[in-house]
Amino acid sequence: MVAGSVALVVASAYLTVSYLAQRSAGAADPMLFTSNWMWYKPLNIAFSLGVDGVSVAMICLSAIIVMTGTFTSWKIEPLTREFFMWFCLLSTGVFGFFITTDMFTMFMFYEVALIPMYLLIGIWGSGKKEYSAMKLTLMLMGASAILLVGILGIYFSAGATTMNVLELVNIYIPMESQYLFFVLSFVGFGVLGALFPFHTWSPDGHAAAPTAVSMLHAGVLMKLGGYGCFRVSIYLMPEAAKELAPIFLVLTAIGVVYGGLAAIHQRDLKYINAYSSVSHCNLVLFAILMLTQTAMTGAVLQMLSHGLMTALFFALIGMIYGRTGTRMITEMGGLMRVIPFLGVAFVIAGLASLGLPGLSGFAAEMTIFFGAFENADVFRRVLTVAAVSSIVVTAVYILRMVGKFLYGPMQNQKHASITDAVWFERLAVIVLIAGIVYIGSFPFGLSEMLNDSLGNVIAALQR
Amino acid sequence: MDYISNFLFMRSEVSLLAVMVFLLLFDLIAGKKGMKYFQPIALIAFAAHTIWTFVPYEAGVSFGGMYDYKPVMTIVKGILNIATLIVFMQAKEVFDTERQGNKRGEFYFLTMVTLLGMYFMISSGHFLMLFIGLEMASIPLATIVAMEKFSKKSAEAGAKYILLAAFSSGVMLFGISYLYGTVGTLYFTDMPNLISANPLQIMAFVFFVAGLFFKVSLVPFHLWAADVYEGAPTNVTAYLSVVSKGSAVFVLMLLLYKVFGNLIVQWQGILFAVIVLSITVGNLFALRQDNIKRFLAFSSISQAGYLALGIISGTAFGMTTMIYYIFVYVFSNLAAFGVISSIENKTGKVNISDYKGLYSTNPKLSFIMMLAMFSLGGIPIFAGFFSKFFIFAAALEKGFYVLVLIAVINTIISLYYYLLVVKAMFIDSSDNPIPTIQTDNYNRVSLFICTAGIILIGLFGVIMDKIELYSFGM
Repeated sequence: MVAGSVALVVASAYLTVSYLAQRSAGAADPMLFTSNWMWYKPLNIAFSLGVDGVSVAMICLSAIIVMTGTFTSWKIEPLTREFFMWFCLLSTGVFGFFITTDMFTMFMFYEVALIPMYLLIGIWGSGKKEYSAMKLTLMLMGASAILLVGILGIYFSAGATTMNVLELVNIYIPMESQYLFFVLSFVGFGVLGALFPFHTWSPDGHAAAPTAVSMLHAGVLMKLGGYGCFRVSIYLMPEAAKELAPIFLVLTAIGVVYGGLAAIHQRDLKYINAYSSVSHCNLVLFAILMLTQTAMTGAVLQMLSHGLMTALFFALIGMIYGRTGTRMITEMGGLMRVIPFLGVAFVIAGLASLGLPGLSGFAAEMTIFFGAFENADVFRRVLTVAAVSSIVVTAVYILRMVGKFLYGPMQNQKHASITDAVWFERLAVIVLIAGIVYIGSFPFGLSEMLNDSLGNVIAALQR
Repeated sequence: MDYISNFLFMRSEVSLLAVMVFLLLFDLIAGKKGMKYFQPIALIAFAAHTIWTFVPYEAGVSFGGMYDYKPVMTIVKGILNIATLIVFMQAKEVFDTERQGNKRGEFYFLTMVTLLGMYFMISSGHFLMLFIGLEMASIPLATIVAMEKFSKKSAEAGAKYILLAAFSSGVMLFGISYLYGTVGTLYFTDMPNLISANPLQIMAFVFFVAGLFFKVSLVPFHLWAADVYEGAPTNVTAYLSVVSKGSAVFVLMLLLYKVFGNLIVQWQGILFAVIVLSITVGNLFALRQDNIKRFLAFSSISQAGYLALGIISGTAFGMTTMIYYIFVYVFSNLAAFGVISSIENKTGKVNISDYKGLYSTNPKLSFIMMLAMFSLGGIPIFAGFFSKFFIFAAALEKGFYVLVLIAVINTIISLYYYLLVVKAMFIDSSDNPIPTIQTDNYNRVSLFICTAGIILIGLFGVIMDKIELYSFGM
């Protein structure tokens, strides 16, 4: 598994390089490396693959998180073999989702990624694991049920002979169907992206899951939601997107602020981070719904940034929990002196989360708010201002959290003897921090890669 | 057409009859020693029958329209054969025991009689033929339901089944007689044009389908299901829930499409209500069951609702998806029953609460059970996901959005209770788990076939294509 996950990172790096090479050589198709196998003829379902800049970026993110997740679960007990079997299936779903261009296979991989969660949380989780596992599975499956009606509705109302997104985009879907199926598909994907008020699975699920699963789930799986909204709902039904965006903008703006405020009140480290994820993921949806290229670039950057950041958070929380046996910030204190490496990494993650320039959060959020402000109407600008206020809220809970348990007096003398991270934990942490610093310092290379792909969506919006 | 060539279209019936006669004679003649080989021989003979009747041939009519063969029927009969074969394989270890051993001859013979009845039901071209087939499929079934002589529950189940089956047959015959009164013929080919949706015909139709709904165990004709499933020997329950149900739902579709095409508005309305009720009631009752056979009874009621969802569109695509659903359902449900049967046979435990901690003692069995539950719940990449997706697609194609949304929301409820079984096996721990058990090789093969079916069917789109190829022959 370790070798496999490292190979994944290498393979995705190779994919990125060859993708960029093809693009710079002048390949102008919306997606590259496409291939197509007919699977179920009666419904024109094909197994079609293809990547554009956005999916390449997401694949790199997934590979990094799967690798670091593997490293952090180096010593998972019991049933090690089974754990990695389900973990592999989860990763299969994630990668499959990002490389397919067919709505059916997208939906299939979406569900493939969901079901291992039940067992992963149920068996290896902690706390209220059975309740959380069931809640998470049922809520996400409920979302996928809505999504199923949505994508079949798109297919039938388009009268198409294909389920391929790249071909469906050329077909005009009647307006009245667009209204219905935009809502269904957007909510269906949005639930996975923690769309307010359907986010309640997320804090419980993330808090109860084992470390690697929290990392993959918050880091990548929640991005499936945003990616799906962008790839299916908005790309295929741009007219309805323009009409209905305000409703969802209000919801996501509430989600952004609410997630932050809820995080302030939590004492459990995992809950703090889970609510912070709700806030950040709603920001992704918020940015996508702004429907400008800058905001969408910001959305993808935010997906990457949040993916790395939250994975780092969960990894560190898992490591700290493994050492201290508690996740309550009130029961810890002064840990910076005993575990300086983990402490510093935690501070870096926190600073990235509250948007310190030079780290990934700043680049992503600046781009989002800049892009959102490009919309000249008062409504969107007011909402943007409201969403911007979340930065302040984030600063409050991050600084409080860091101040409480890393600095200050030692709360529990047993904690004085715990040891700092070992090499495989350090490796995972360093890889994630490198990613955060890279996005924060050189966002232009990335946004260059995203530009041509996002341009297609913008073109669809303007037709 | 001379008399003998009439039988040319009845190849599967003749072949099954030959197997039955052979086994009956074997049972009579063989002594104690010979009976040891009875089950392997029965399995081989039936397997041979399954294989050589699997090839479709050109459509035809015999006995002046009483018997009507279409290539798609071979597919359906083939699916029923496979299911019966798997049930036989799972039953072998039960009928090897002292307790049940003396009844093996009867079990195999009577099961095959019911199968023959289903064949006639499927290929009938006349209402009386259909009725004879139906009776042939239900009466022997009641005897094998009551097969556990000393178990009160089994006797009760048999009595319930035969009484309710007789009642529903009566209602059905009543409907048929009214139909005859309004159109003056009972041949399927002559009737469609004479049916004009007058009130008497609609009433006759309702009486008639009520009889079939009973066989399929759709709500509100489902009340027998839970008790009969619980009381019957587990292998018979498996047979009831898969083969009996599959054949009845196919016949239901055949008649709705072929004979009652003019009543499509009416039967779509009826089916709409029945589907919503079946899926919802089945699911809600399944939530609270602890006995796993009762649990699967209610789950199969809701599955019957999904099957009917394939019919409601009234299209050839709907028919394809429904047959595909039956095919997948065979493997998923029989995988579950195979596990239940072997556990019950060795330990006598049939409650979900007994399954706690099963994974620690019987990892393979619980893994198969989990696959079966996932497939029944419609989780990809298992076959159940694909069959459910296509059923929904078929209904959506004709615009049944509300119905599909209800059905889809119900899949979430069903997922909850399927996951409860998985939870009991994998997550819960128990002080007194079921000890590690060894099933015999026949059951292992059957479970292997089911597992392979659950995992592979969905990945090969060609199966769907083949079914579709023949579905258009209607």
